[in-house]
Amino acid sequence: MIRIELPAHLRTLARCGSEVQLEVAGEVTQRSVLDALEAAYPTLRGTIRDHVTQQRRPFVRFFACEEDLSHASPDAPLPAAVASGAEPFLIIGAIAGG
Amino acid sequence: MSSVRVLVGTRKGAFILTSDGRRERWEVNGPYFGGWEMYHLKGSPADPNRIYASQCSGWHGQVMQRSSDGGKTWEPVGNKFVYDGVPGTHQWYDGTPHPWEFKRVWHLEPSLSDPDTVYAGVEDAALFRSTDAGQTWQELPGLRGHGSGPHWQPGAGGMCLHTIILDPSNPQRIYIAISAAGAFRTDDGGVTWKPINRGLYSKYIPDPSAEVGHCIHHIAMHPSRPGVLFMQKHWDVMRSGDAGESWQKVSGNLPVDFGFVIDVHAHEPETIYVVPIKSDGEHYPPEGKLRVYRSRTGGNEWEALSDGLPQSDCYVDVLRDAMAVDSLDSCGIYFGTTGGQVYASADSGDHWAPIVRDLPSVLSVEVQTLP
Repeated sequence: MIRIELPAHLRTLARCGSEVQLEVAGEVTQRSVLDALEAAYPTLRGTIRDHVTQQRRPFVRFFACEEDLSHASPDAPLPAAVASGAEPFLIIGAIAGG
Repeated sequence: MSSVRVLVGTRKGAFILTSDGRRERWEVNGPYFGGWEMYHLKGSPADPNRIYASQCSGWHGQVMQRSSDGGKTWEPVGNKFVYDGVPGTHQWYDGTPHPWEFKRVWHLEPSLSDPDTVYAGVEDAALFRSTDAGQTWQELPGLRGHGSGPHWQPGAGGMCLHTIILDPSNPQRIYIAISAAGAFRTDDGGVTWKPINRGLYSKYIPDPSAEVGHCIHHIAMHPSRPGVLFMQKHWDVMRSGDAGESWQKVSGNLPVDFGFVIDVHAHEPETIYVVPIKSDGEHYPPEGKLRVYRSRTGGNEWEALSDGLPQSDCYVDVLRDAMAVDSLDSCGIYFGTTGGQVYASADSGDHWAPIVRDLPSVLSVEVQTLP
């Protein structure tokens, strides 16, 4: 079970709590985690990554295990602690403006 | 007794203001979607309980919302806006080619007859339509594909399609306006478009009388006179009596003819309203006095309306979609400011009072007149 923490605005939009737990099939990567998240919460499509290009939105960051994974390949394996559910995958709204 | 519902979009959420037909006591509900930029909310003329809203943020992009109960509850609908085919380029601020990129929805225009059909004007400028109540959106590519598209350029606020006017007498005719490309009209339901900018004169573009490139801020039409259009341009207030084929300047005795909003009285098709703004470099009213100007002659002869509006130290702006009228017997006029005030007049502009004073900066105001 993968644990994902969402920023406040996306929790409101998805009508969920701060942490959601999802089963992810196959290798645990940014892409497979976000695919599973968007499948479970379709209203989040387009709000974390672009609908078409699948690029991360510029003011959204991905953190886990005290590391900034925002610039890692979306197909790179996430840390084992995220894959095991010991640590959450954090989706963060960057601190930028008002 | 009739009532009114005022839909207010702000930089930090949406608000719904309601009153009975006297328009003296108001209930303020909101914020809805707090913290998000609410560019525009608009109700369906065919079903007033159906309201569409454009919600966006710099962090999470575009979200679309739909209500089927007059704004009490909302559900997110489709937010996928993909240009038809290869988008190509328009001009960037420096004149270089820049790829078309979807940024946000500026304006929503529900169909006059079908609550499930709604048009969306977007940045970078294009027109989209949904026929399934906002679940999916399809571009009407003939507009962006007009031969002049590669020469369109953004205004300071972005290259936005901000005005959509549906002709009640002819379902095939739609007017739109883009900052800073100009006005366009389709007579075949959106398949093909023609620029309708003859008579516009803009000193800030290389050819002041060019076919496209004009920074139109807003256009208004009275439903009983669908061939008569009123325009607030970057500078100049203009009138067309021939569906946009030609335009005449009607700034007349306005103290300054820069501004953003323009609207038409609900029952007097030649009575129009603007809010003069000092200049394009100073987006606030002349002399620190907030005044609406009314013309009862379709322009040229204007009178200042200031009773109840601040007449000193007022430095707010009134943005292009932030004025609307109701259709009660005594026509109500409404506008919102970047200072967060929403002002209303229940007597065609003679007297004004704030409905609410301290909202976030107001982006848009629409009014529904309810039976």
